[in-house]
Amino acid sequence: MINIGVLALQGDFHEHTKVLQSIGVSSRLVKLPRDLAGLDGLIIPGGESTTIGKLAEDYDLIEPLRQFGQQHAIWGTCAGAIFLSKDVKRDQPLLRLMDIEVQRNAFGRQVDSFEIDLQVPFLENGESQPYHAVFIRAPMIKSVYGKAEILLKLPDGAIVAAKQGRLLATSFHPELTEDDRFHRYFVELTQS
Amino acid sequence: MEQQVATEKVKRGLAQMLKGGVIMDVVTPEHAKIAEDAGAVAVMALERVPADIRADGGVARMSDPELIIKIMETVSIPVMAKVRIGHFVEAQILESLGVDYIDESEVLTPADEEYHINKHDFKIPFVCGCRNLGEALRRIGEGAAMIRTKGEAGTGDVVEAVRHARTVMGEIRRLQNMPEEELMSFAKEIGAPYNLVKETRELGRLPVVNFAAGGIATPADAGLMMQLGVDGVFVGSGIFKSGDPAKRARAIVKATTHYNDPAILAEVSRNLGEPMVGRQVTDIPESELIASRGW
Repeated sequence: MINIGVLALQGDFHEHTKVLQSIGVSSRLVKLPRDLAGLDGLIIPGGESTTIGKLAEDYDLIEPLRQFGQQHAIWGTCAGAIFLSKDVKRDQPLLRLMDIEVQRNAFGRQVDSFEIDLQVPFLENGESQPYHAVFIRAPMIKSVYGKAEILLKLPDGAIVAAKQGRLLATSFHPELTEDDRFHRYFVELTQS
Repeated sequence: MEQQVATEKVKRGLAQMLKGGVIMDVVTPEHAKIAEDAGAVAVMALERVPADIRADGGVARMSDPELIIKIMETVSIPVMAKVRIGHFVEAQILESLGVDYIDESEVLTPADEEYHINKHDFKIPFVCGCRNLGEALRRIGEGAAMIRTKGEAGTGDVVEAVRHARTVMGEIRRLQNMPEEELMSFAKEIGAPYNLVKETRELGRLPVVNFAAGGIATPADAGLMMQLGVDGVFVGSGIFKSGDPAKRARAIVKATTHYNDPAILAEVSRNLGEPMVGRQVTDIPESELIASRGW
């Protein structure tokens, strides 16, 4: 049976476990290195990336998470995408697993947070059924290089999702919507 | 493919991103930096922490916009600021500054003794205090996107925070065990909108994120509130009125994450230096209690 970990240092990790439960996938909260044993994949939730990074550093999770990501799928939403990146142009702990540069709060402050319907062709029925994406003080993926590839852009060209092998980064929060297609996409990625 | 801003989803969503975290009161940009470096998920920018507001007396108002702007320029995490209950013009001013969250707070002197702000009118989300389920749902009905139990601010005594959290959780449990036909009378009894009473019953929790506030001073206090079932904690005077604010702030952040791991709670509680000087809530005359402000 597939078992997905959700990093539970801070943020909306319960929202992720609820979606996983609703699609029949079991999950485990990860707070310490020992919690990673036996997992098929890991989700790093939305939250404050500085808080998540510091707690990961304090509890010696950085190196175990890097090693996990070299063998398994990891998906970061918002703060999680920041945490997966190689560079955010400021000093904070990062996993540096994905060849992407991310700009924090790139769309502005909370007053600029937004929702938008997007065409996401790689999701189930993606051609016909738009995907409703929620951006909250969201980061933008400023550049994608090396082994990473662009997955999704906003109509104005801003990159909001990228993939590198089985690593996935999204600027938005699929865990805040009723649409479970992104979670199902990630579960498939863990099995590829 | 139109963008929609200031929706209920994004307002409540920011609070969801703060879950499992600590929001710290700060009175200078330097404090704000210490809070961010310690792992705070957000800071509350204000001129005086509640313990000083208590000590100074007089009318407590919205902070100087200059201070709030400087704090917004200093940190990358969300910045919240307080307005007086019912003072919608202070809220308009904070909205024009672009703060991330507005706290319509009983810690400041109320501007209106009958009505709270119509929070639906604003693009910026609001957090409001509550002592019980009725008060929480009235504030959500007015548009609050986040709730905090009030506790008794500026005391360092956690007893009221516990009372308010237990009251809200207890009323939700009662609501869940009630036959359907009793809901309307229950809504009337607690003075809450019927639709929100129904929604709370279905969810088994408040429809928005609920933090604890008012009197949290130690890592153990944070762990206690988290184990009682709140989503995160506000720490006001407890950090910057203590002997070693940076260390205590870090410890409370760790305790909020590892709230159900006593070994880690013991480790982070060691050698924290002097806690804030507490003031027992039962020693405070009723007229000086803050939590009873709010209607």
